[in-house]
Amino acid sequence: MMASSILIYGLVNSVILALIAIGFSLTFGISGVANFAYGGFYLLSGYLTWMLLKLLGLPFVLAVFITIVTVGFLGFLVYWVILLRVRGIVLSEVIATFALGVGMLEFFRWKGFVTYEFTLPYFKKGMVFIAGVPIDYQRLCIIGIGLALVLFLYVFTHHTRIGWSFRGIAQNERTAISLGIESDWTAALSLAFGCALSAVAAIAILPLGIISINMGYDVLLIAVAVGIVGGLESVLGILVASLILGYAQIITSMYLSAEWMMVVYLAAIVLVLIVKPSGLFGKFKELEERV
Amino acid sequence: MAVHYRKERLDRGIKARCEDIFALASHREMLYLLLPRVVPVIVLLSFPLLKGVVGLYWEKVVVITCAIALLSLSWDLMASVGLVSLGQALFFGAGSYITGSLNHAFGWPYFLTIPCGTVGGALFCALLLLPVLRLRGVYFAIVTLTLPLLLTRFIEASKILGGNEGLSSLSPLPNLWFELYVPVLALLVCLFAFRRLINDDYGLVLQGIRDNDLAVMSGAINIYQFKAQAVFIAGLAGSFAGAFMTHYYQFVGMPAFALDYSILPLTCAVLGGVGTFAGPTLGAFILVPLSEALRAFGTLRVVFYSAILIICIVGLPEGIFHYFQRKYHQFERKVEVG
Repeated sequence: MMASSILIYGLVNSVILALIAIGFSLTFGISGVANFAYGGFYLLSGYLTWMLLKLLGLPFVLAVFITIVTVGFLGFLVYWVILLRVRGIVLSEVIATFALGVGMLEFFRWKGFVTYEFTLPYFKKGMVFIAGVPIDYQRLCIIGIGLALVLFLYVFTHHTRIGWSFRGIAQNERTAISLGIESDWTAALSLAFGCALSAVAAIAILPLGIISINMGYDVLLIAVAVGIVGGLESVLGILVASLILGYAQIITSMYLSAEWMMVVYLAAIVLVLIVKPSGLFGKFKELEERV
Repeated sequence: MAVHYRKERLDRGIKARCEDIFALASHREMLYLLLPRVVPVIVLLSFPLLKGVVGLYWEKVVVITCAIALLSLSWDLMASVGLVSLGQALFFGAGSYITGSLNHAFGWPYFLTIPCGTVGGALFCALLLLPVLRLRGVYFAIVTLTLPLLLTRFIEASKILGGNEGLSSLSPLPNLWFELYVPVLALLVCLFAFRRLINDDYGLVLQGIRDNDLAVMSGAINIYQFKAQAVFIAGLAGSFAGAFMTHYYQFVGMPAFALDYSILPLTCAVLGGVGTFAGPTLGAFILVPLSEALRAFGTLRVVFYSAILIICIVGLPEGIFHYFQRKYHQFERKVEVG
């Protein structure tokens, strides 16, 4: 019973971590922009869906579609309006996105989006028993969405033209430019994709609880922690790191208490930075970032 | 036939070789150089004497301003080595927790706890950041962003150092003059010390690490040693702010690691002008009183800082100090374009 519940809930937790981290790492891997506004976009997606559902009364599928497209487009716009002007200056990129994210989150706090009414609906109510462990459909859906997303990203980056240009820019920007791939367009698209992925994650994960502002900061922490442990630009690294951290958290919360779950990140980050600062699977930028 | 003009800028004649070597020929020129340095010092030192005129409230605002200015100075020193920190709250929190717990647990008086908190906090931060110093740019920023947030969680979960409630009823500072003068003096000492340091040989190495660390390494200089020393020195300034404010508030708790202490110094430094030390101080003296005046808006103030940050980063990357400096050191005149 204990073992099987650790197995199942650990998997759910790992998929949640992977879903959250994948958008951040995709953007960083392609364009080198660390999108610190990620938590802001995550919560923006939650509130946007909530408003479309509750205030406009749109059907769920349509609201989800509109949210994903809008948030993706906003990411595109952020690149084109703000980041393009400071491209290549790491300090400025970091500060600009960080300020944007904090600004969004604190704006929501000021508008008072903090009460109990802000919840997103489950995709499907009810629960089943797997190996004697009760689990609701929403968590099963999250596992499904996570797997589908990883598969989609793999197919997308390996079998479409945009995906090829993503990988080209990620591998060697100058060579890619000389082959006619637009660097700025690709980077803007990568930001749009990252933000759209944060919207997908938000819509899948937020129904599990109340939407709260601090979750925006937590999401950024999770994305960053998973990225550091796995290596920021490696998709395989993200998956492995999510599994390690996800199971470590569940085991910690079973044997210690739920408060220690966030401390797992601190321990993992410190440990990885001491042993292998570029992350477990982050080979690619190793030479550049680690002198 | 319209006549077009363009602006021509000329350096004043006293500049001899570079930005900070001058050839002075008269008292007037000496005054010209001394004025921007001496006037702020006199204003800062005489401000506490005016407490009957401006009121105690604004005197206390100046105390907070000095604390934030110290944090932004420490940010600027780290940025001069190429270490972009998004978590200056780490220094503030480390300093205040060490001070607070020494006072709470052993009852040490303020004149022991504040120095211990300053040095201990700087040492703690330097050791904590030691493995991260190998990272550059974004990676370092990411880690510094997470550390203060995660340390809060650690204190929350482990319930050490007072846990959620923090440590309260710490011993107060001895008198009002001490409260008002110590931060001002600390700020002035720190400002001029950092400016001296960065123009010294030692500071040139630090700037070299920022500009091209491989070149510095090839000069047989251990850059990690220099980076660690820079973090320690920057930590002294930041932790002192934390240590002092702990006794000032007579309380230490979670808010010491709050995001405000990370984003406000950052905004001050970017608004004022990175790399000059005078810029971040100027930024602090603009932003903190402004944010006190806007206290009624609550968390909207943070939105306001963020907007300033984005606008400054995109539209005014040099900062206002560089702008004023240029205006002060140059003549401007219109020249006809033929």
